[in-house]
Amino acid sequence: MTDLKRRNLVAALGAAPFVLPVLTAAQSVGSGSKFKVIPSRERIRDRYFPNLSLTTQQGRTVKFYDDLVKDKIVIFNMFYAKCEGICSPVTRNLVRVQKLLGDHLGKDRLGKDIFIYSFSLKPKEDNVAALKHYAEMHKVGPGWLFLTGKPDDMELLRRKLGFVDPDPELDKDLSNHIGVLKYGNEPLERWGGCPGMQAPDAIVEAVSWVDWPENEASLKGGTR
Amino acid sequence: MVYISKRNRRREKDKEIAANNRRELIAAGFKRRDLLKMGLLTSAGMLIPKKGLSARPLTSAGFVDDDEPNSPPTTPFQELMPRLQVLAPVASLTPAPTIAPNTAAGEGRTVAHQAFAQFPPQRFYEMTQQQGTALMAPAGELPPQTIWGFNGITPGPMIVERYGNLGSPGNGSILVRQRNNLPTVNGGFGLPSVTTHLHNGHTPLESDGFPCFFIAPGQFYDYHYPNVYAGINSTHPGSGDIKEAMHSLWYHDHRIDHTAENTYKGLAGTYILFNEFDTGDENTGFRLPSFGDGQNPLTSFDIYMVFNDKVFDNQTGLLKFDLFNTDGILGDKFLVNGKIQPVLHVSPRRYRFRWLNTGPSRFYQLFVLGPNNSTKSFWQISVDGNLLEKPVQVTSSRFSVAERVDVIVDFTGQAGKTFYLENRLEQDDGRGPDGDVVGAGQGDKILKIIVDGPVVPDNSIDPATIPANQAVYFYGFPNTNDAPRITRTFRFERGNGQWQVNGQLVGSCNAAPRFAIKRNTVERWIFQNNSGGWQHPIHMHFEEFQTLSINGQAPASTGLITRGRKDVFRLEHNMEAKVYFRFRDFVGRFPLHCHNVVHEDHAMMVLGVIDDVGDNKTQP
Repeated sequence: MTDLKRRNLVAALGAAPFVLPVLTAAQSVGSGSKFKVIPSRERIRDRYFPNLSLTTQQGRTVKFYDDLVKDKIVIFNMFYAKCEGICSPVTRNLVRVQKLLGDHLGKDRLGKDIFIYSFSLKPKEDNVAALKHYAEMHKVGPGWLFLTGKPDDMELLRRKLGFVDPDPELDKDLSNHIGVLKYGNEPLERWGGCPGMQAPDAIVEAVSWVDWPENEASLKGGTR
Repeated sequence: MVYISKRNRRREKDKEIAANNRRELIAAGFKRRDLLKMGLLTSAGMLIPKKGLSARPLTSAGFVDDDEPNSPPTTPFQELMPRLQVLAPVASLTPAPTIAPNTAAGEGRTVAHQAFAQFPPQRFYEMTQQQGTALMAPAGELPPQTIWGFNGITPGPMIVERYGNLGSPGNGSILVRQRNNLPTVNGGFGLPSVTTHLHNGHTPLESDGFPCFFIAPGQFYDYHYPNVYAGINSTHPGSGDIKEAMHSLWYHDHRIDHTAENTYKGLAGTYILFNEFDTGDENTGFRLPSFGDGQNPLTSFDIYMVFNDKVFDNQTGLLKFDLFNTDGILGDKFLVNGKIQPVLHVSPRRYRFRWLNTGPSRFYQLFVLGPNNSTKSFWQISVDGNLLEKPVQVTSSRFSVAERVDVIVDFTGQAGKTFYLENRLEQDDGRGPDGDVVGAGQGDKILKIIVDGPVVPDNSIDPATIPANQAVYFYGFPNTNDAPRITRTFRFERGNGQWQVNGQLVGSCNAAPRFAIKRNTVERWIFQNNSGGWQHPIHMHFEEFQTLSINGQAPASTGLITRGRKDVFRLEHNMEAKVYFRFRDFVGRFPLHCHNVVHEDHAMMVLGVIDDVGDNKTQP
């Protein structure tokens, strides 16, 4: 898909979720109702995507919602640069996923409308140099950002995005947050999660299910 | 970081204190009114603090706060409990159903029907999965909800069918055409790509609703349900084994990775099978309370009740689904047949209630609460829709997600009294209940039952009159003596924050089947849960199992009954169970999975196959 086409689609779709729920809600909530009419996309943004300032491996400052999530297809995961355990296998798996995403959904889309974001679990350690080194070591493709920020912000983000264990003791074990991916299509309001060590083709398949309607073929099953 | 972790510690401490307080209050004999007065109980009967959406709901300030009641308040026991609509068959389908997938006409099926010629469909049904509007609370308390439903309603319409009589098995065969007319714009959650599982029909597997056999908007899928007893083409040719009869089933979306949001949004319905023994007429066969037309309160005493729990956004009042939860989602509003805490009026006689929990993640232990906090006993007649050997008198039934329990509650002589279905099983997060069962009147009252209906004849069997020494009143259970071809072990666990079975993830829809069962053989499976923190309702499609042992002990036939043919095994803390399966008659793809639908959507599933070869993988 060309960038131009994608932008048109984003514009069209971006408008739709804001308009339809308003109509539904306006019909349903009478005057004087205690309930507010808020589009579901906005509720999702407010609930999960705080517009925090984050820093990329290039040293750029970005806003989480405005710059990274809005109007995009995204994959989230957690890591830290000096991780001895599962970080590297998951990152290597995601490198394969990124390549396959390019092969299946279009190479020109990586960094255009499809992005991968890896959030640091140890923001105090993970400065720009550490992120840059990690990204280069794994030879990641375009549209994959490694992100750090204020420790409180990164912790809030982790919790908002559901990289948590309900057992507070297990929650302290960072490896419990690294094995999970979340992915979604922000304007289409389609979200999901899957294990980070899932086979790359399975992850690509899952992401294809939240792709734009012009790729709706992915919503048809197969002979398998 | 420091701030948050301090907060976490404080939160954990608060939780502990709250739990202790609650136990002390109950032990001290405080009544509901006292607790209400003290501000410790909500009008819905919830003890505060009580978690809502999940283990990590967020306040509007963006903090994770376990103790925030999430949904707007609603007034309980105002609305009538709807009786589920019965779906009428259609005279014919256009285009006519075909054995091979009718791809040209827009059918999304990819596998030919394997038993269509043997059991040609005798009746046809058609449903469209589409957006609809539902009022779940008294008028004005919550706005109309946008749902996805079969024919636009939730629960979906009930299919009421009959097995063919013994000797003419083909008469029960039906075909259901499912159309996907869901919108691309989902209003916040839901994937408009669907596959419909009939839980737990003995169904040729291309019609079972395999998670990867999904269809896109605009497509349709023909499901062929022969409604035959297992054994029809193997151990009991020509009739099937009557001891494999199933009576309370349900259908629901099973879209891989997206089942939780799609069923939460409404894609679930019920399915009843009668036969010449469980006839639906209390004057014949087992004489269970009459089904009638399913609507008329003067003639319909067999009532399906679909339970689920939901959360509503406290700003918009609209249904809220926690998109990034992987543990399990708990609602703080309890619905029966689509209404929050409704009311049912009954006559002073016996009723058959069919209880189904559609989740997403809550376990129930239901009691019938009577006047002055008395607990009324009742008769449990089935597990997972399969009749026990005879009715068993119990004071409660426990069922996790997807389990069904049929009961007979006797309101004879109770005219003028009020009862409640009360869930006394405590559960604070998606991990499962912690095992605490609160006292009478201290749980969540889900349904109010008022015995103010007219006196009507009752010709149904009074289970109390079945002689104590009569071992079998219904069918009895099939034997478990045939030697298994193989014993397989399935370990349900968590690793690196992700769900696993035997250390593996579900994998791609395109991957080769993880293991192969040989058709017409017996297998023994061992289900293991080594965790003290999590519980998992484990569901196997296509065949019912019988439990051989639980932690080395024989399954219970009294109390919380675990004996009988089941399709969901409630795998509780640190539990190991041995179960016995016969895989008969049909072939194809199936899933084995956790039915906490949030776990299911996060890879706690194994995709296998039944074929004529099988394999010898003992830990697939």
